[in-house]
Amino acid sequence: MTAVPNGHDGLITARGLYLSFGAIPALVDVDIDLWPGEVLAVVGESGSGKTTLLNVLSGRVAPDAGAVLYTDPEGEQHDVHTMPAPALRTLHRSDWGFVHQDPKQNLRMNVSAGGNVGERLMARGARHYGTIRAEAIDWLTQVEIDADRVDDLPRTFSGGMLQRLQIARTLVTHPRLVFMDEPTGGLDVSVQARLLDLIRTLVARLGIAAVLVTHDIAVARLLAHRIAVMQRGRVVETGLTDQVLDDPQHAYTQLLVSSVLQV
Amino acid sequence: MIRTEGLAKTFTLHLRGGMQLPVFSGIDLTVHSGECVVLSGPSGAGKSTLMRSLYGNYRAGAGHIWIRHHGGMVDIAASEPRIVLAVRRETLVYVSQFLRVVPRVSTLDIVADEPITRGIAPDEARDMAGSLLLRLNIPRRMHGIPPATFSGGEQQRVNVARGFIAAHPILLLDEPTASLDAENRSVVVGMIQEAKARGTAVVAICHDADVRAAIADRLYPLSPAREAA
Ligand SMILES: Nc1ncnc2c1ncn2[C@@H]1O[C@H](COP(=O)(O)OP(=O)(O)O)[C@@H](O)[C@H]1O
Ligand SMILES: Nc1ncnc2c1ncn2[C@@H]1O[C@H](COP(=O)(O)OP(=O)(O)O)[C@@H](O)[C@H]1O
Ligand SMILES: [Mg+2]
Ligand SMILES: [Mg+2]
Repeated sequence: MTAVPNGHDGLITARGLYLSFGAIPALVDVDIDLWPGEVLAVVGESGSGKTTLLNVLSGRVAPDAGAVLYTDPEGEQHDVHTMPAPALRTLHRSDWGFVHQDPKQNLRMNVSAGGNVGERLMARGARHYGTIRAEAIDWLTQVEIDADRVDDLPRTFSGGMLQRLQIARTLVTHPRLVFMDEPTGGLDVSVQARLLDLIRTLVARLGIAAVLVTHDIAVARLLAHRIAVMQRGRVVETGLTDQVLDDPQHAYTQLLVSSVLQV
Repeated sequence: MIRTEGLAKTFTLHLRGGMQLPVFSGIDLTVHSGECVVLSGPSGAGKSTLMRSLYGNYRAGAGHIWIRHHGGMVDIAASEPRIVLAVRRETLVYVSQFLRVVPRVSTLDIVADEPITRGIAPDEARDMAGSLLLRLNIPRRMHGIPPATFSGGEQQRVNVARGFIAAHPILLLDEPTASLDAENRSVVVGMIQEAKARGTAVVAICHDADVRAAIADRLYPLSPAREAA
């Protein structure tokens, strides 16, 4: 038999997450497991709790009940919601990355493109200006932004470029885990395809694990190894991406899949 | 290489009031190394469903699907997603009826993807992909463009190339020659025969009598299940 890992080497283990905003239950009894190098898509219609789940998994919002455990590269487990705030901030700067739907939430609009990328390296302790600039330029090229835009302010960039800049800023520190909230939302279809291709290639090449929130099943099909389907705060179905999309078991998943033309 | 025990599949159509659609049950299918088993039966009998179940694309309703993987046996019907993915990465290839294209990726890169992930140098992988595509009569000028605009037959040959470049020990083929002309059909038949000679276990669905005669060691007949109330 193939060795089946014993459940302790998961990157993220979340159990029994519950969170309500007043009368609205945004998360109900949610369990999530994420393995190193695995891309998990969280799909579901608007308001189903996807963004809330991402915020709770990444420690940005505390749940009313339940716990999120993160296993660091040394194999040590941390409870994301009880660990000291400075330690969580360090995690966000080093092991983790966050890609927002709106790149302006992450980018500094009054700092040059190269500065936006280099800043993350500096936050991690890089000091040599030449090296930082060279690496920033390398990352701009990897996300298909011309090297001669390195000193331009993001405000002069198109929406697709801003998103690619955000991705460069996030990946430059080689995080093990990236949280992405609708990374292609709000972009034109042709711009989306380019961005998706880029994310797919980079994530696979760097072996990054990701939790990807999307309402777009085609995005999940392209990028994710595994899917969790959310409805009204609950995960109603989870499994291998192509299995969930081609042979959906839950009534809600069948509805979701049937309402898309061809994915 | 493959051994199913009591494999069963029933679809539950929730959008049709929970209607049950039994497709097959009690499937005991064994396929050995170097052997080709052709699934036969009329349209709708469940051939594609059985093949997709073997690949873990459809969820088995009951029973086991034992796959020889790295010298051990893995039950696809009961394995976690990342185990199924590992089996697909190294052991199990499925050539579906239709190519699912990845936007923006060139034909050559689609075919070269598997050897690159396996750790073969990109240039070498692209050379392998190029020769395989040429063998399947996809001319070099088409290698650089994404197959989205290709004809059905061309896409099918790209799909075949992508499946055969892997040289995995188990090959699942759903109508690999359905939209091909005689010349390309015989190229694919030759590739299947070579794979068998290498020891690959093959499960195939094909209606063409000549292709069937050329590749099949044995037929596995499926008959349509009764409609349930
Ligand atoms: N900060 C908040 N205050 C009040 N209600 C919220 C807040 N954030 C989310 N919600 C509610 O929680 C539910 C889930 O929202 P969200 O996680 O944003 O869903 P999704 O990302 O799937 O669209 C929705 O009903 C939303 O209105
Ligand atoms: N994903 C699915 N959901 C629901 N029913 C399906 C699905 N896939 C196949 N079926 C049904 O299963 C039966 C067998 O189909 P299939 O395996 O494609 O037959 P064959 O390949 O022998 O022609 C058909 O009634 C078909 O409609
Ligand atoms: Mg959201
Ligand atoms: Mg079929």
